[in-house]
Amino acid sequence: MIRFEPSFFTERNRDIDEATLSVIAREVRKDILKMTSAVNSGHPGGAMSATDIIVTLYYYKMRHNPEDPKWEKRDRFVLSKGHVCPALYSVLARTGYFPFEKLNEFRRIDGDLQGHPDMRKTPGIEISTGSLGHGIGAAVGMALALKLDKSDSRVYCMIGDGEAQEGSVWEATMAASHYNLDNLCVILDNNNLQIDGPVDEIMSIYPMMEKWRAFGWHVIEINGHDFGEIKAALDEADTVKYKPTMIVAKTVKGKGVSFMENRAEWHGKALPPDLLREALKELGEIV
Amino acid sequence: MEKVSLRDAYGDTLVKLGEQDERIVVFDADLSGSTKTSKFAKAFPDRFFNMGIAETNMMNVAAGMAATGKIPFVSTFAIFGTGRAWEAVRQTICYPNLSVKIVCTHGGITVGEDGASHQALEDVANMRNIPNMRIIVPADDVETEQVIKAIAYTEGPFYVRLSREKFPRIFDKSYKFKLGKGIVLREGEDVTVVANGVMTSFALLAADILEREGISIEVIHMPTVKPIDVELLVESASKTGAVVTAEEHSIVGGLGSAVAEALVENYPVPVERLGIPDVFGRSGKGWELLHYFKLDEKGIIEKVKKVLERKR
Repeated sequence: MIRFEPSFFTERNRDIDEATLSVIAREVRKDILKMTSAVNSGHPGGAMSATDIIVTLYYYKMRHNPEDPKWEKRDRFVLSKGHVCPALYSVLARTGYFPFEKLNEFRRIDGDLQGHPDMRKTPGIEISTGSLGHGIGAAVGMALALKLDKSDSRVYCMIGDGEAQEGSVWEATMAASHYNLDNLCVILDNNNLQIDGPVDEIMSIYPMMEKWRAFGWHVIEINGHDFGEIKAALDEADTVKYKPTMIVAKTVKGKGVSFMENRAEWHGKALPPDLLREALKELGEIV
Repeated sequence: MEKVSLRDAYGDTLVKLGEQDERIVVFDADLSGSTKTSKFAKAFPDRFFNMGIAETNMMNVAAGMAATGKIPFVSTFAIFGTGRAWEAVRQTICYPNLSVKIVCTHGGITVGEDGASHQALEDVANMRNIPNMRIIVPADDVETEQVIKAIAYTEGPFYVRLSREKFPRIFDKSYKFKLGKGIVLREGEDVTVVANGVMTSFALLAADILEREGISIEVIHMPTVKPIDVELLVESASKTGAVVTAEEHSIVGGLGSAVAEALVENYPVPVERLGIPDVFGRSGKGWELLHYFKLDEKGIIEKVKKVLERKR
């Protein structure tokens, strides 16, 4: 396992190359599949589209301290699309927030890793999410509070494209711009699939870039699976003044496993044992 | 009795708290002139956030502030704060047990002329069903000030219900609010009347009238609806053997329900509930509407006589 000392994470923009990030992301995807299959429950598809972004945030970008999850100077990450928490749990375990074995507690009655993130049960979770459209508002609140404190900590938040159908997302979008929250960076995991099918068929949120621009945000479009582009977009967000940044990340649901890619059926369904073996093999695991 | 404004007391208390503690921040959704958070906005513009007409987001943002060490007070009209924004209150405030203080004005039928759309008759019920939430319905300005100071420094979420109308002042400066405790305002033998908000003053009035008829009423003011003071209810019910509840709220899910549930499980006695009988309100003047729905001393006396019959 690729391990870093906690002190590695306490400065931003770490020297970590794309090949290393890619190896870590592959391990995280395996964790996601194992965690969900072990309880035959959870949301692997969206977790895999979000993986590369969450890995880049925690291993490259964010200033944080796995030994002291409430460290005052930390940057915050809010997973507004809380259902993809297996990706976040895996990253939190691998960076040292809690023992790796704890991943076995996911969705179990005697475990601390809830089906959706619970800030009171899991170290490293900044706010409890799960019901869509609320986390982004909480992220706005954190960014406002940090501004009041004249802190240079930054707030990152990931939302889903289906989630953007919730009106409260736009309430938060308006407020972030109104209060000039340049310490807020939201990443939209644009895999274009929600439970019932393609986002543009269920209830189109397109054109998106234009919407957020019209709301006064700085908008960047990237390939959400290209570590170079993810890093560059996060770096660009640091330099934006007086407005929040929206990174629209084009992603692939189920990314990394060929038979899962771009298939809505793996939104909220775990792989059965035979398909899990096949998927892990594709991800390079020696079975 | 002198009539006093609970919402002005709220606004003034916020300013006092804000002077002492930089962590106090205040949110409103375009109703700051009505909720009186405008007083805080004027005194501390940097710590006041108008979120526009977007109550759901206001709750989420306040939760994010609380998670970052602030003490947020959030205000709007009761129907929007507890209805429109209900699920944000549940998901982002109560589930993580964050210290967000939701203080809504314009609770109840005394909203008046604006009519049913703006009259929150179910706000207490809306908040009662969420774990970690605690609910307080003050009776006057003296109590409101104490409640606001108390909840500011008690961990976790609160809902405080205030009114648009001025209510009669029933407490003097010696009053001490205790969270989770009811207070016996008048001792009696025959029937216990449990009330809060404006109904407490009507309960005292009813007790005076009934005394002349030879009926002795014990009046309990019950500001904290959740957690309800079971001990005091049982103590009083075991003495009088009959209970009437009175609230400016739907009879579904509010004070009457909380009292009935507590008594059924701990000391069953006949209970009559006075409130809005599961219907929507209507336009009219606040005090006209109270009388229209028999939320007054006459309504209480009727319920007392009914419960006395059941007691025999």
